[in-house]
Amino acid sequence: MTPSSSPTAEGVLPGHDDAGGHDGHHHHPNYLVDGTTVKSWLLTIDHKRIGLMFLASVLFFFLIGGVFALAVRVELLTPGPTVMDAMTYNRAFTLHGLIMIFLFMIPAIPAAFGNFMLPLMLGAKDVAFPRLNLASFYIYVTGALLMIWGMLNGGLDTGWTFYTPYSTHTTTTVAPVLFGAFVIGFSSIATGLNFIVTVHTMRAPGITWFKLPLFVWAIYATSCIQVLATPVIGLLTLLVVGENLFSFGLFDPARGGDPVLFQHLFWFYSHPAVYIMVLPAFGVMSEVVAAFSRKNIFGYRAVAYSSLGIAFVGFFAWGHHMFVSGQSTFDAGIFGVLTMLVGVFTAIKVFNWVGTVYKGAVDFRTPFAYFCGFLFFTVFGGMTGIAVGTVSLDMPWHDTYFVVAHFHFIMVGATLMAFLAAFHYWFPKMFGRMYHEGWGLVSAALIILGFNATFIPQFLLGNYGMPRRYYEYPARFQALNVASTAGATLLAFGFVIVAIYLTYALFYGRASGKNPWRSKGYEWLSESPPPTHNFVGPQPTFPEEPHYYVAPKKDEVKDV
Amino acid sequence: MSSAPAAHGAAPAPKFAEHFASLEVQNHAARLGMWLFLSTEILLFAGLFVCYSCYRFLYPEAFAEASRHLNLTLGTVNTVVLITSSLTAALAVHYAKEGKNNLVALMVGLTLLMAVGFLVIKGFEYSHKFHEGTLPGKHYTYQGLQLPGAPMYFTIYFLSTGLHALHVTIGMGVLTWMGVRALTQKNFGPNNYTGVELASMYWHLVDLVWIFLFPMLYLV
Ligand code: HEM
Ligand SMILES: [Cu+2]
Repeated sequence: MTPSSSPTAEGVLPGHDDAGGHDGHHHHPNYLVDGTTVKSWLLTIDHKRIGLMFLASVLFFFLIGGVFALAVRVELLTPGPTVMDAMTYNRAFTLHGLIMIFLFMIPAIPAAFGNFMLPLMLGAKDVAFPRLNLASFYIYVTGALLMIWGMLNGGLDTGWTFYTPYSTHTTTTVAPVLFGAFVIGFSSIATGLNFIVTVHTMRAPGITWFKLPLFVWAIYATSCIQVLATPVIGLLTLLVVGENLFSFGLFDPARGGDPVLFQHLFWFYSHPAVYIMVLPAFGVMSEVVAAFSRKNIFGYRAVAYSSLGIAFVGFFAWGHHMFVSGQSTFDAGIFGVLTMLVGVFTAIKVFNWVGTVYKGAVDFRTPFAYFCGFLFFTVFGGMTGIAVGTVSLDMPWHDTYFVVAHFHFIMVGATLMAFLAAFHYWFPKMFGRMYHEGWGLVSAALIILGFNATFIPQFLLGNYGMPRRYYEYPARFQALNVASTAGATLLAFGFVIVAIYLTYALFYGRASGKNPWRSKGYEWLSESPPPTHNFVGPQPTFPEEPHYYVAPKKDEVKDV
Repeated sequence: MSSAPAAHGAAPAPKFAEHFASLEVQNHAARLGMWLFLSTEILLFAGLFVCYSCYRFLYPEAFAEASRHLNLTLGTVNTVVLITSSLTAALAVHYAKEGKNNLVALMVGLTLLMAVGFLVIKGFEYSHKFHEGTLPGKHYTYQGLQLPGAPMYFTIYFLSTGLHALHVTIGMGVLTWMGVRALTQKNFGPNNYTGVELASMYWHLVDLVWIFLFPMLYLV
């Protein structure tokens, strides 16, 4: 830090720099009210506002994706046609998958909470490239609009994996939807790149690499995956668009192309992409579990390194999606083993979380309730991952509801729990208000219950042989399908409650104070809600470890 | 208030954004960001390289035959042109560091000239292929070479050189911007040359990708 240098860039007001305080008045409005015009929001380069805009968008898409999920579940209530025709059904599950993956799960935690928290956790005033950050938001919106426009004008029926050669021949509109996915990829890359550079260059004095909060480590690892994997799917979507429009023949067996090559390239991105969704969730949970067990995280370095480990081996496991593609037994064996490695790194984290709770002084609040759900879904979903990673077991389960249940458990279960935990944990930080704890716990219970009720029947269905993506099914599967739809309804009900009390809290919740959880996370060192440049006065220092909770033992109770 | 990009002033160099600790940190961030961005670009092309390797493996004769239908002379000339342009781009950075803004503009101008030359030659190659019918996929009508896999070769040829040409064009845009800045603002100097440096890094990438494409398509 060079205090002598006087900042001269655009948008800087005197008195907001490090030296601070020579502007005569000490008026530091929080970021929510610092500028109230629509324009001051839409053109903001404040990472916190951009984070909120992302949050609003992902919530909106979560709603749409959820409505289509319910539509799919309603259709599957009876063995035959129920409320829609086959083509509509195909479009509905494709829309559901695409929206949930590309527009909700991938940006949800990094782009919304990562954007908001990362600079705060680094003691920085903003991300490294604030304008790129804003651009990233608008790129995301553009991609989303393209996608939706395509879905409304013709609709895609390929499923979110858009496997060739079907996707190069279908008469539905492939081009705008895939081009939308391509555009969204740029947003993902821009965000990831920005975060990596931010972590490298914007840490406040005192924050060494091993003093980074674990959420930052997780976001860092995620960003590495985003930057390294996304270009490949970007190219792939373009190739498929080209195929579809101009019949290049790259993936079309009729022209000498190889559809399996498509699958390799697709899963080279999309397997790591599942960690883009779940690693940030792991990061949130490391924060939450320490805060509500009031104990320093057990095995900080192991948790940090395992994020990088997952990011790394995640690149070499893609072949487990292709065990039945005619891959050689040798390849399948290798991919099986590499898949298990992912399980090992995940297990390291799970043990460390459990070790953190052990003998902690647990404060059982809404975020912690979501942590419990998360732990269950991660362990259960991870174990079924090990199971489907085993070639002999995956053969019969492949493309059945077992796989659907597996990836919903781990991907949706774990990520959604973390998203909700993050929302509740950081709600006071972001808005300076408290929500109703009782309703928080009730809806958490409903959501966790509803989730299990939705997907446990699907494990069974898959095991009995019900294939995924079919519109009709034999009558003997009906009872379990009805159970699953009932569970989904419960789940939806839980979300409605959350939406109601959080919206209420946004306007009428009581003031939370600076740090209602007495959390030790660096982000709580600033005001809640934070001022525009995050910290008022001299730059804060960070002498302690990031999760320096001292469990109230004997004479150590000083931190209250 | 401060979040809105207002209050443009004629700021004297060196300037840096308020959220960075110092000018060095800001330059470091810019360079790191550029390196990361360039690695994503390489990965973008890597996908095409993978496609190439696969189909070369599946159709070895057709690929060997088809590559002989490219104009090696034009390809070689283009390679030389592009490598030379990388030199002038590097010299632009050199002069920017020394604050010789007119020379920066000159070097950028030379680089752009060679870039145009490259594209013109590429255009001749393309029009010849359009004429002959050695086109991608179902548009392939050339009678002189009828091996299975030959249209696939031209699919990859057009996709990779086309994507490369797109990058050349973007690079030209970025360089032009720097050249104009050198001419009008004349403020590149020891403390302020990151812009030229980044533009030239991008140009080196364009060059590097071609260094891979040339042997892959024309030689082997
Ligand atoms: C940690 C987060 C994880 C997420 C988010 C995740 C997500 C997914 C998704 C989305 C699919 C299905 C893709 C599709 O066909 O549409 C899938 C399938 C699969 N997952 Fe996971 N997974 C995770 C962890 C694991 C783990 C830990 C393992 C093994 C150790 C694993 C092994 C597999 C296998 C083998 C398949 C393919 C099954 C088949 O297609 O037959 N996954 N996963
Ligand atoms: Cu996978």
